[in-house]
Amino acid sequence: MKTTVFLGATAAAALCAGVAGAATLDDVQSRGTLNCGVTTGLVGFAAPNASGEWEGFDVALCRAVAAAVLGDPTAVEFVPTTGKTRFTALSSGEIDMLARNTTWTFSRDTDLAFEFTGINYYDGQGFMVPKDLGVTSAKDLDGATICVQTGTTTELNLADFFRKNNISYEPVPIETNAEAQQQYLAGACDGYTTDASGLAATRATFEDPTAHVILPEIISKEPLGPLVRHGDSEWGDVVRWTLNALIAAEEYGVTSANVTDLAGAAGDSPEVNRLLGSEGNLGEMIGLEADWAVNAISAGGNYGEVFAKNIGEETPIGLARGLNAQWTEGGLLYSPPFR
Amino acid sequence: MASISDSDANQSSSFKLSMLVNDTRYRGLTFQFIALMLIIFLMAWLGMNLVRNLAAAGLDISYGFLDQSAGYDINQALIPYTSQSSHLQAAIVGVLNTLLVALLGCVTATIIGVTAGVLRLSKNWLISRLMSAYVEAFRNVPVLIWILMIGTIVTVSGGNPREFLGEDPNSNLFLGAFAFTNRGLYAPAVELGPGAIFVAIAVVVGIVGFFLWRRHVKKTLFQSGKLLPAWPSWLILIGLPVIAYFAFAGAVSLSMPDTMANRFNIQGGTLVGKPLIALWLALSVYTGAFIAENVRAGILAVSKGQTEAAAALGLRPRRVMNLVVLPQALRVIIPPLISQYLNLTKNSSLAIAVGYADITATLGGITLNQTGRAIECILMLMLFYLIISLSISAIMNVYNSRVALKER
Repeated sequence: MKTTVFLGATAAAALCAGVAGAATLDDVQSRGTLNCGVTTGLVGFAAPNASGEWEGFDVALCRAVAAAVLGDPTAVEFVPTTGKTRFTALSSGEIDMLARNTTWTFSRDTDLAFEFTGINYYDGQGFMVPKDLGVTSAKDLDGATICVQTGTTTELNLADFFRKNNISYEPVPIETNAEAQQQYLAGACDGYTTDASGLAATRATFEDPTAHVILPEIISKEPLGPLVRHGDSEWGDVVRWTLNALIAAEEYGVTSANVTDLAGAAGDSPEVNRLLGSEGNLGEMIGLEADWAVNAISAGGNYGEVFAKNIGEETPIGLARGLNAQWTEGGLLYSPPFR
Repeated sequence: MASISDSDANQSSSFKLSMLVNDTRYRGLTFQFIALMLIIFLMAWLGMNLVRNLAAAGLDISYGFLDQSAGYDINQALIPYTSQSSHLQAAIVGVLNTLLVALLGCVTATIIGVTAGVLRLSKNWLISRLMSAYVEAFRNVPVLIWILMIGTIVTVSGGNPREFLGEDPNSNLFLGAFAFTNRGLYAPAVELGPGAIFVAIAVVVGIVGFFLWRRHVKKTLFQSGKLLPAWPSWLILIGLPVIAYFAFAGAVSLSMPDTMANRFNIQGGTLVGKPLIALWLALSVYTGAFIAENVRAGILAVSKGQTEAAAALGLRPRRVMNLVVLPQALRVIIPPLISQYLNLTKNSSLAIAVGYADITATLGGITLNQTGRAIECILMLMLFYLIISLSISAIMNVYNSRVALKER
């Protein structure tokens, strides 16, 4: 009897402990690993490779944060989440941060009580259809059947787009990208809609990518970025400035190849020196070592390197920088100053 | 030991507090009371924790989101629904879809189950082995796997709707009206014109007449021993609506699927969607396997003497089954059958696996995700399934008490 009561109380206490306290940074440091929520698999952004290691554009950000906080880019526990489970996983404390092509929206930021720590990919929603359908514009899709992942902003934009253009469609709700791909290839839907980057990534895995076209219309703004829980600004700062460090590093020409040299000897650029910790105490201000940014950049390179390696034009996914170029090159990437 | 206090007739005047623990009459109640208090305390503690943690995370419990427009479309809605409708309406669409598939599933599963259960006892070696194989295969593989598998089979077995489209289609509509595609079954839709109400009445009268005639046959048989033919019941069932259909010309018409509307899909007519077909089939054959076992157990529970006695009276095997064995077997079959109906209804919550928009997919899926109101949505879902399950159980128990052995 006593044992039962004791077990019950322990279980109850464990339940309550599930909702993590505010100091995520301390938790991560004392645990020694970062729990990072990613997709269940979207090649180029986050997917396990042939040897079972996670890699991709979003994964690189997890690794950079782990490197900045723990000094070890491999100290990451990847938690695959679906469109439906991602927010619960984050708010319940199961993961410390979510890097899962998640669109920054008003209600997610406010009502769901999350904090977006920046934008790592400027995206927009597009459509993919088989080439032999002869469709050249999304507005020709009147009466078509469209596969869409449920619980996403994509689903809402899709409804808005067809309502705005006064044309009809038949939605096929689908749980994950892999299922959508299977249904689309089986012809259960005429078109597949998701973020244009996701479409490109999906198409790259097809047997014959040239048989499918991505329609020119981009029907929404999809700023994708990492997010953390509300109410823990210190942890939010760490993730935000790690992302900014990668972006700034590209702007200043700091790469994974030269970062150790630049950090070893203070150069003549004060901002690079502050970023790499050879001048000032920026690391201390966010509760990290002075070489936090050096570790983050060494993990997978600066933003440009990460982009080129995972989703850039040299990869099968083949995305152009477009909006995701540095502000100095006509894009939208702009890191606030390291000062 | 207990008898000492039991014999005390005057116990109320000599009640002592220690008797709560020492007296067997009170001891049980005392411990139950303590257990109840502990449970209440535990629940209250967990509840308070929930509220406190939600408050700490800046969240509250509110059902205000139900009024807001849902913003998403649903591929099958039995009531008018657009993306501008409220989350509540989306939930109702989901509820109706759940009820639809549950109802269809229960009916089909019963038919499959009874047939398979009876056939498994057949003396024909091949038939009984085939039925054993069916039952064992379906009972021992999780239902989600069957749903996915049947969903895939339905997808790949039907052709692409594009094959039916255009001036010169690759394949023609079956009977000029039906097309089985990987998106579902396109069929003619029934359109109601003026006078349709009379046709509807004729259908209802036909159904009532069907049962009245059957009852009449039974009554005459029991009262006078004369066996009237049963076939006029079918005449009433089919004849009346046919007469009404021709009497009120144009009241009911069919609108055929249109293959020329656009280059994507067949338009017009009715589309019985692939998700519904897949889920319905999967749930039916899965639950049917369990019902088959219940039926088999029920039949085996009827003493063999009953069959032999009925045969000795000269009844044919089918009549022995229908008039003697099954009515007695029902007493054994129905209680577990209730559980199977409940299981089927609850298993329908796996609908999203094939893209069917049931209540778990709308309220518990998309709405939950778009609004982030997890606790509110899950509470509503639990309440819904609880009400449905208790209703099914109540209705079936009424039926059970009607077929149960009457003891006088």
